[in-house]
Amino acid sequence: MHIREQFKERALKAVDKKAAIGEDIDLSQYDKEAPPPKPLTDEELCALPQIERELLAMAGIDVTEKERGGTFFQKNVGVVHCDVKQEGIEVIPLKVALEKYDWIWDYYWKLVPVDADKYTAAAELELHDGYVIRALPGSKTIYPIQACMFMEKDNLQQNVHNIIIAEEDSELHIITGCATAHTTKRGAHIGISEFFVKKNAKLSFTMIHNWAENMHVRPRSAAQVEEGGLFLNNYICMKPVKSLQMYPTTHLVGPDAVARFYTILVGSPGSIYDVGGRIVLNYPGNRAEIVSRAISNGGTIIARGHLIGKSPDIKAHLECRGLILNGGIIHAIPELEGHVDGVEMSHEAAVGKIAQEEIFYLMARGLNEDEATATIVRGFLNVDIPGLPPQLKAEIDKAIEESDKDVM
Amino acid sequence: MLVIEDLQVELAGKLILKHIDMEIKPGETHILFGPNGSGKTSLLMTIMGYPQYKVVSGKIYFKGVDITNMPINERAKMGIGMSFQRPPTIRGLKIRQLVKICSGNGENMDVEALARAVNFVDFLDRDVNDGLSGGEIKRSELLQLMAQNPDLMMFDEPESGVDLENMELVGKIIAHLLEQEIHPKSTKPIRLQKRERRKMGLIITHTGHIMNYITASKGQVLYDGVLSCVENPREILKCIANIGYEECVRCILENNLRNGH
Repeated sequence: MHIREQFKERALKAVDKKAAIGEDIDLSQYDKEAPPPKPLTDEELCALPQIERELLAMAGIDVTEKERGGTFFQKNVGVVHCDVKQEGIEVIPLKVALEKYDWIWDYYWKLVPVDADKYTAAAELELHDGYVIRALPGSKTIYPIQACMFMEKDNLQQNVHNIIIAEEDSELHIITGCATAHTTKRGAHIGISEFFVKKNAKLSFTMIHNWAENMHVRPRSAAQVEEGGLFLNNYICMKPVKSLQMYPTTHLVGPDAVARFYTILVGSPGSIYDVGGRIVLNYPGNRAEIVSRAISNGGTIIARGHLIGKSPDIKAHLECRGLILNGGIIHAIPELEGHVDGVEMSHEAAVGKIAQEEIFYLMARGLNEDEATATIVRGFLNVDIPGLPPQLKAEIDKAIEESDKDVM
Repeated sequence: MLVIEDLQVELAGKLILKHIDMEIKPGETHILFGPNGSGKTSLLMTIMGYPQYKVVSGKIYFKGVDITNMPINERAKMGIGMSFQRPPTIRGLKIRQLVKICSGNGENMDVEALARAVNFVDFLDRDVNDGLSGGEIKRSELLQLMAQNPDLMMFDEPESGVDLENMELVGKIIAHLLEQEIHPKSTKPIRLQKRERRKMGLIITHTGHIMNYITASKGQVLYDGVLSCVENPREILKCIANIGYEECVRCILENNLRNGH
């Protein structure tokens, strides 16, 4: 039996399996199909309506592809644009890869169990598409590759599966945005992502989400980082969503492998964000850092973090700061788990409000109260992310600037 | 000009400043002495407009405007600035950005050049006050005041925590801020240079070291919330050093009484 059949079989057994955490979504209420979108050329991409281009821009997607090494753009159930402008990098629609390449079976459902829950099962049984981005050995991206999952059809359940491979000694930077059209009010997005960072490779993955108020979002991701590799994972979500739940796991599977997670969340009223990261440190010299900044603007944010030290001479730190601005709930759940002697693990968590003292201080420098508050909030969200290319830092800054308007 | 009339201030329900009268004319710098807890910082914070310092009676005028109930930022815009003793840390906000804010977000402001003057270039990309030593905080505060360039500058213990080497720097910068540098080579006579001074200063000091760098017009002693005397600041300092605050205040009070004050 072909391996795909085995996946399907396992998935079938999990179609009703609730996720370990998060609100259970009745997936039967959503449409699973939509007419395949029309592929767009470079020119057509640039000629998208202004309103759509702005939405994409907010998710970090630049249709002009300036300062981008390649683009993958999926709308609803199918690919509308897929190209790569840089040697040594491959960007392939997943369905094409599954048909054409044998090597894909070394990666597909390798890190995320297909039968983890009903969402993973749906992604196998009703797979729309997704991307494979691969940096060949020794290749270095100059500009980030951009990938976008766009939902235009109302009441759609979008199922995608992405595979990202940084081969030995390569350097790959990806920015990926998910966004919904203004016409899309409700829907569900299920996104499987599997990351493979090989020996001495460096992968940065920056994800910016812009969902709609009635969207349920269930990403299911996992990563493995080999000897000397670095995985930098940034997640930014400052827009409303009905519910978002993810708790990706990264396995450091060789000495000196490093993983760093940075998360920035702004929780709008009526939205529930349950977001975390788990990193397993298996070898000496492993390093891990999980940093999150959460602002509740009336929404509910559960910020999880879990570090598991299984080898001596590892270092791991978890930092979670929350700011409650206009009501809402921030629930920080940091976990540290040391399994052997010689681990060095720490965490700090703080949930609070903006200190009056800080506002007055800035007012004494000439800002009015609102400006002072905005400046402090922007500072709070401004996390130094070492190793991030300037274009991506700029995208994060832009998203933060943009969120100001909503928070204030 | 800063004029304070019969000011009474409460902090957390407790009267901490009693019947304060004060007048700082353009070009004048006053030194404020007083033991710990006498209300010196409270007076500065009240002038700056911190709302927890509640004015229960009396008035504060600045440049002829009643600012008693004015918000902090409007006072700042009118030209009141302060070097804080224990400013808060603001995470994620870089000192560089704050200096720009102080200058009113002037586009063509050369932050680096200003920072060089206070030997602070290396700190520009640090978070505001995060992990700074006492002396570094002073320099950061001075840098902000340089960018802000207010007309009335209040310094809360500018010497505390500053090492000897940096003390000279801090002293000279404060003199510069208060337009007290004398330019011997200028075509203007020194007397005219002094007369043209407009900047006002109010400086809290315990040690008096700052007086080696600036000229103060007056010294005042704040004792238990009461401004007890106006004197030559060097006289006051000598008196405090010799016989202590309590005796000093008593002596001066008696002195004032004898002289018909």
